[in-house]
Amino acid sequence: MSAAAGVGQQWVLVEMVQAFYEAPAYHLILEGILILWIIRLIFSKTYKLQERSDLTPKEKEELIEEWQPEPLVPPVPKDHPALNYNVVSGPPTHKITVNGKECINFASFNFLGLLDNEKVKSAAQASLKKYGVGTCGPRGFYGTFDVHLELEDRLAKFMRTEEAIIYSYGFATIASAIPAYSKRGDIVFVDEAACFAIQKGLQASRSNIKLFKHNDMADLERLLKEQEIEDQKNPRKARVTRRFIVVEGLYMNTGDVCPLPELIKLKYKYKVRIFLEESLSFGVLGEHGRGITEHFGINIDDIDLISANMENSLASIGGFCCGRSFIIDHQRLSGQGYCFSASLPPLLAAAAIEALNIMEDNPDIFQTLRAKCEHMHKALQGISGLKVVGESFSPALHLQLEDSSGSRENDVKLLKRVVDYCMNSGIALTQARYLEKEEKCLPSPSIRVVITVEQTEQELDKAASLIKEAAQSVLN
Amino acid sequence: MANPSAVCNGHLHHHHHQKQNNLLKSGVCKKNGITKGMKKNGVSNGTLYKKTFIEHFEQAPMYVAVLTFVGFGVGTIFGYLRDFMRAWGLEKRNIAEEREQQKDFVPLYQDFENFYTRNLYMRIRDNWNRPICSVPGPQFDLMERVTDDYNWTFRFTGRTIKNVINMGSYNYLGFAETEPTALKTVTKELQKYGTGICSTRQEMGTLDKHVELEKLVAKFLGVDDAMVFGMGFATNSMNIPALVGKGCLILSDELNHTSLVLGARLSGATIRIFKHNNMQSLEKLLRDAIIYGQPRSRRAWRKIIILVEGIYSMEGSIVRLPEIVSLKKKYKAYLYLDEAHSIGAVGATGRGVVEYFGMSPDDVDVLMGTFTKSFGAAGGYIAGKKDLVDFLRTHSHSAVYATSMCPPVAEQIIRAMKCLMGLDGTTQGLQRVRQLGKNTRYFRRRLHEMGFIIYGNDDSPVVPLLLYMPGKIGAFARRMLEKNIGVVVVGFPATPITESRARFCVSAAHTREMLDTVLNALDELGDFLQLKYSRYSKSSHPELYEETRFELED
Repeated sequence: MSAAAGVGQQWVLVEMVQAFYEAPAYHLILEGILILWIIRLIFSKTYKLQERSDLTPKEKEELIEEWQPEPLVPPVPKDHPALNYNVVSGPPTHKITVNGKECINFASFNFLGLLDNEKVKSAAQASLKKYGVGTCGPRGFYGTFDVHLELEDRLAKFMRTEEAIIYSYGFATIASAIPAYSKRGDIVFVDEAACFAIQKGLQASRSNIKLFKHNDMADLERLLKEQEIEDQKNPRKARVTRRFIVVEGLYMNTGDVCPLPELIKLKYKYKVRIFLEESLSFGVLGEHGRGITEHFGINIDDIDLISANMENSLASIGGFCCGRSFIIDHQRLSGQGYCFSASLPPLLAAAAIEALNIMEDNPDIFQTLRAKCEHMHKALQGISGLKVVGESFSPALHLQLEDSSGSRENDVKLLKRVVDYCMNSGIALTQARYLEKEEKCLPSPSIRVVITVEQTEQELDKAASLIKEAAQSVLN
Repeated sequence: MANPSAVCNGHLHHHHHQKQNNLLKSGVCKKNGITKGMKKNGVSNGTLYKKTFIEHFEQAPMYVAVLTFVGFGVGTIFGYLRDFMRAWGLEKRNIAEEREQQKDFVPLYQDFENFYTRNLYMRIRDNWNRPICSVPGPQFDLMERVTDDYNWTFRFTGRTIKNVINMGSYNYLGFAETEPTALKTVTKELQKYGTGICSTRQEMGTLDKHVELEKLVAKFLGVDDAMVFGMGFATNSMNIPALVGKGCLILSDELNHTSLVLGARLSGATIRIFKHNNMQSLEKLLRDAIIYGQPRSRRAWRKIIILVEGIYSMEGSIVRLPEIVSLKKKYKAYLYLDEAHSIGAVGATGRGVVEYFGMSPDDVDVLMGTFTKSFGAAGGYIAGKKDLVDFLRTHSHSAVYATSMCPPVAEQIIRAMKCLMGLDGTTQGLQRVRQLGKNTRYFRRRLHEMGFIIYGNDDSPVVPLLLYMPGKIGAFARRMLEKNIGVVVVGFPATPITESRARFCVSAAHTREMLDTVLNALDELGDFLQLKYSRYSKSSHPELYEETRFELED
């Protein structure tokens, strides 16, 4: 069988060779040309490439030689307004020594005067004695101390929420919390006056960000409606797109409060979750200092997440988030600033616990603070050239120029002269500082006036009249 | 003998191969191969390293990888089964539930997102977040906790587990201590300043204490100036964006810490990743970046910055600084070095990897480090040329928006640093650095001899011991705790999925007895859990097996 096939094949071959000999020459030439043509077609490219741009090794070396980078940092002019810091000698308490001059402090967010509190100090001392200073590890790896658990428990109880979680840095709190929930493709509606920590959290989340005008609920509702229409076009996508509203209780940059009751209505109407930043309002607003929810008498469970730092009212370091366990617990594995950072030094946690004790034991302190804020707010009215920005009960007010000189740089210089004038006469003030190129919506330059319970009425009046005097001498 | 080894060698990952080749090419020597390596490659750039640079990344046998995947597979199957049972109400749902009023909102979490947490992590959750109730020194006290519902919730029994040997905290130099004489100044400053600052550096939060600390840090590191920040994590994430931006290129090691990654992302610069400590990979990226410029626009990069760490906290490897510095000089790039784990921990006087390699601090453009680890405090610094620090004073996010460092914490750093510099009039600091080096080498050598696979540099106090299989993570940590030893175990996603590990942090405060206790426990447990995967170390003649190893690699 196979032999037969072999013979057959051989026969075909012989025939082919014969045919080759017999074919006329022009035929062979023609076929030869055709074969060559086919080969050319196969190997040639169908389109014409641009001229080859391969660099020779020599050219590459030249390019590398040629490249000159920008300097790592541009030189900073010696007179840059932010380069020479005020240096405080000793503690930044009610009486403060700034640049060698003794002043009354109207600049530190020590609203409740707990920074200098003996009880707080001795709690911190006891903790220092027992635990030393550092924790030498993140929460997951033996960085969880019993004091941390106690503080979380106490904060949750204080705020009347299910759970609280602490961070070791105030700034990192909301900046880590937002990206723990809001991911790429999700939508965040955020007030344009939101503080820098929120802005960074949003940037880290890579979500879709929609800014609404400061405290303008109509504008927010417009955006929500737009989104609703968008959702109807693509319901499948809408089902997995998380939405959040991020607002501050008491705005750092403007000193006013968010219209929380309206926000809650919008929340349920459009099914959006609310994240609330309460760094200034926690320990300030409300009958017991629970913040903006207590101020408006709102059920705290209607807020999905509250974040605040412990660096203002509590006069410690760090921050916390609180809310329902369903929400908060997620951060224990997803909050970057929580998982990947060393935990809060125990002595700072102990100080915060003691500060909470004091707040719980003296609820009148919030009333006192409020009265002082209102007093100061009133006293600062009618200064020619400066306007007061912020709620009457806000402990951190802004004084802005009534008429801008037209350039931010000049405005800053003018305000600096007002601040220096006051500082020379024993009232420590500071301008609110911003990174001008980094802020989403840069607030107008302003002097920050911080009111604390330690300031007496006379001191408040003195400060107000001094600011008036300074404004008169500088601005007129 | 040669045959099975050869087979095993065939399982090396590609990148691993490269790494090893790279090690040889650049004139760096492996253990006991010193003379050989030097002779072979000393000509090219062997002069870069003033001392031998020894790093191990031994690959486990193939069956280990297979069994690891099988382990994850089984876990996953059971996970699905239990999810199914939970969905049908056959098993109790322990997970916190959404509020009734918000059930019709878009779900906050996708079900699959938490699959791993719910079904695998939950089984061994008791090995993390163990609360402690004492100073995190060489020994600490743990709060005993039990669970009644398979780790969904924990209950404290009220008892404490006393004197657990601490192999987990980053207390490299033993400055986490409560000795009253040591803490005398800290106590004093706490009394004077209290804990809070209530303002930012640029507003009213720069204290004389900060100025003092910054001067000291600059002096310690031998640079012009330094700036300190309240949190180590934020030192990276809030300063990198000030240094680079759009049109700049960041070349980042693949194993860089989250804070560096976050900082790089927030900066808006283009990020490219090079293989861990792989100089060929880095050089290729550098060359291509300069030659081809920015993608699409084809403009030249404004600047290129290389982000690396001194000691990598999960690998125990030390950055190949001399090579990186020569590359960065050749290609005019800038170098940002994160010394979170290395400052204090390596170098003859504890000045980090720069000193370890005998280099000048001027070779590194941005020196960053944290005070959390070696200094037993909190916070971080950035140090370098005056221009750099001045720029950060005006442009750092942290300086403008974050509360400054707590004064007693600053004092703790000052006292630890003074001790290291010998400014306290003793040689105690130096002794601590030496003791750490001794402890590290002893601990690593013994583990190696026992036949464990350990990663990293022989001088790195971070010692990862490979466990591989997910089931062994929980077993290992629990058994060690039974023996009164606190260890850190890590698995996916902190490590590659097949490379779950335990990580020890050696401290100068560990006594030889403590280390021996740990080593004996490990020896026993290593047999019990079959953790001694190494194929190179069991011989009593190290020279011989190292010889084989070299031949295999060639």
